[in-house]
Amino acid sequence: MSETYTLYGQTVMDHFMNPRNMGDLPDADGVGEVGAAACGDIMKISLKIQDGKITDARFKTFGCGSAIASSSMATELIKGRTVEEALNFSNQEVVDALGGLPPVKIHCSVLAEEALKAALEDYLKKHPDVAAKVKEKEAARSAAPETANA
Amino acid sequence: MRRVYLDHLSATPLLPEAFEAMKPYFMEAFGNAASLHQYGLRVRDALAKARSQIAALVNAESAEEIFFTSDGTESANLAIKGVAYANQRRGNHLVVSEIEHPAVLNSVEFLEKQGFTCTRVKVDSEGFVNPEDVRAAITDKTILVAVHHVNHDIGTLEPIREIGRICAEKGVPFYVDAEASAGWLPIDVQQMGASLLSFSPHKFYGPKGVGVLYRNKKARLVSILHGGVQEGGRRAGTENVPAIVGAGVAAEVALRELNQRFAHTARLQKKLWEGLKANVPYIKLNGPEPGPRRAPHTLNISTEFIEGEGQLLMCDLNGIAVASGSSCVSKSLKISHVLAAIGLDHALAQGNIIMSLGKDTTDEDIDYVVQTFAKVVVPKLRNMSPMWDEFQRGIIDSVISPTGRGRSFTEHAAAVSGKPAH
Ligand code: FES
Repeated sequence: MSETYTLYGQTVMDHFMNPRNMGDLPDADGVGEVGAAACGDIMKISLKIQDGKITDARFKTFGCGSAIASSSMATELIKGRTVEEALNFSNQEVVDALGGLPPVKIHCSVLAEEALKAALEDYLKKHPDVAAKVKEKEAARSAAPETANA
Repeated sequence: MRRVYLDHLSATPLLPEAFEAMKPYFMEAFGNAASLHQYGLRVRDALAKARSQIAALVNAESAEEIFFTSDGTESANLAIKGVAYANQRRGNHLVVSEIEHPAVLNSVEFLEKQGFTCTRVKVDSEGFVNPEDVRAAITDKTILVAVHHVNHDIGTLEPIREIGRICAEKGVPFYVDAEASAGWLPIDVQQMGASLLSFSPHKFYGPKGVGVLYRNKKARLVSILHGGVQEGGRRAGTENVPAIVGAGVAAEVALRELNQRFAHTARLQKKLWEGLKANVPYIKLNGPEPGPRRAPHTLNISTEFIEGEGQLLMCDLNGIAVASGSSCVSKSLKISHVLAAIGLDHALAQGNIIMSLGKDTTDEDIDYVVQTFAKVVVPKLRNMSPMWDEFQRGIIDSVISPTGRGRSFTEHAAAVSGKPAH
C-alpha cells in the first residue's frame, strides 16, 4: 500500500502521534481524574494556576486515539485562560479544534471537559478564597439583568 | 517502513492461482448457470468443479452437500434459520455456545422473537465448551445445536467431535461454524458428526462475496431466500460464479498446503507469543496456550494499563495491522462478548488486541512486531497512561501479577468516575 489512510482526521492523528502537554505537573495546583462510564477509560488533567489564570496544563490518558487527542487538545486550548473562563469550557471546542470526531467518539471529548472541570474543582477546594470570589462574580452576573431592568 | 499484516482472521489476499481461474468468468464465460445453452452449461461445469473442490476440503460425502451463499454470515443465517424453520413441528429449542460469532447469536436472537427458545451454554476461562453441558442443555424439543470449531476472538479449539457424538446420540442436528478454522485446520465433517458446517473462503486466500454451507443430506433445511431454485432450492439467487470458482481453487490449494500452513503458523505463533511475553511486562494471553488446544494462527493478548484502540492505532502507524476487542473500537462501546464470557477483567479486556498470522508471515515479521510492540507501542502508551503511573505509585494494582498494593482498576475507575464501569 502506498497511500496512507487514517482512522481519524489529520489533526486528531497529529495529536495522537505527537501529544502536547503529556505528563504530570509535580507542583500542580489542581488535579482532576475522571473515568468514562461509557467505555471505562480514564483521563487525568493537572493544572498550574497563578493569579487566577491557568499557566500550565498536563494530561495523562488511558483511552482510545480520540481520547488521547482530545486531552492533548484541551490542555492546549485552556492554557492562558482564567479560572472563570475555564469553568465554562465545553467539549465542543475540542471537537471543533480537532476538526471533528466520529459521533461515537464525542464522549471522549466530554471526558476531557470533565477532567478539566475536576481539576478546577480540586483547585477551588484548596483555595476557598478564590472559590468565594468566583461564586460572587457568578452571582453578580446572574443578577445583572435584573439590575439592568431596574 | 516494514508492513506486517496480522489480521488474517478478517481477510486474506487472494491467491494468484485463484485470481487467474476467476478471470474468464467475468467477461468471456459470463453465462448464467440456469441457462441451457453453451454459455450456461460452461458455467454449470465450473460450479460443479468448485463444489467438488470444496467438498474435498471438508471431506463431504458428496459435492451435492455443498451450497454456495454470499458469505459466512449468510451461511450462518441459512444454517440456523433454515434448520429451525424446517423442524419447527418437531420442536422450538436451540442450543448454542455463548461465544459464537454474532452471525450465529443474532440469528438465534431473531428466532427467539418468533417464539423459538435458546439455551446459551457457558464456556470456561479459556473459552471451552464442556460437551456435558451441551448434553444437559438438550431437551426433547431441541432441533439444533451450534458450536463453532474455533473461536474467532481467542482461538479456542472446541471439542467438536465429543459434541458431535452427543448430538448424534440424541438425534439433534449439529451445526459447526468453521469460519475461523477452514483452510487452516483439518476439517472432516464426517468425523466431526457435523450436520451443517459453514465458512468463508476469503479467510483462506479466496475471494470475498462467497460463503459455503455444507449440509448433510439427512439434515432438513429450508431456504430463507425466496426466488429461483438455485443451489438445490436451498438458496435462491444467481450464483456469484467468479467468486465460487476462486473459492474452489483456494480450497484445493488450502487442502494441499494444510500441513505446511499449520506448521508454519503454529511455529510463528509460538515465537510471537514467547517474544512478547519475554519483552513486555504485564501482558496476558487470552484463550488456550499455543498448542493442540488452540488454533495455530491467532493470538489474543491483553496488555495491562493501556487501551486497545490506542494499541491498534500505534501498531498501524508502525506498519503493523492488528484487530482489537476493546470497547473503544466497538460501535456499541462494549467489550467483545467473548472476552466478557471468559470472565476477563474489564481492564484487561480494554487492553486487548488480536494478531492473526498467515502463510506468508515471516520470522523477520515476527521479530519486527515483537521489537516494535515492546519498544515503541507499549512504552509510548504506558508513558501516557495515568494507570501505569498509578500502578508504579501503588495506587492501583496489576490484575496479571498482583503486588498486593493498591485497589483494582475497576474499583479505581468506579471511584474516579463515580459510576461503576460496565
Ligand atoms: S476513550 Fe473509550 S472510546 Fe474514546
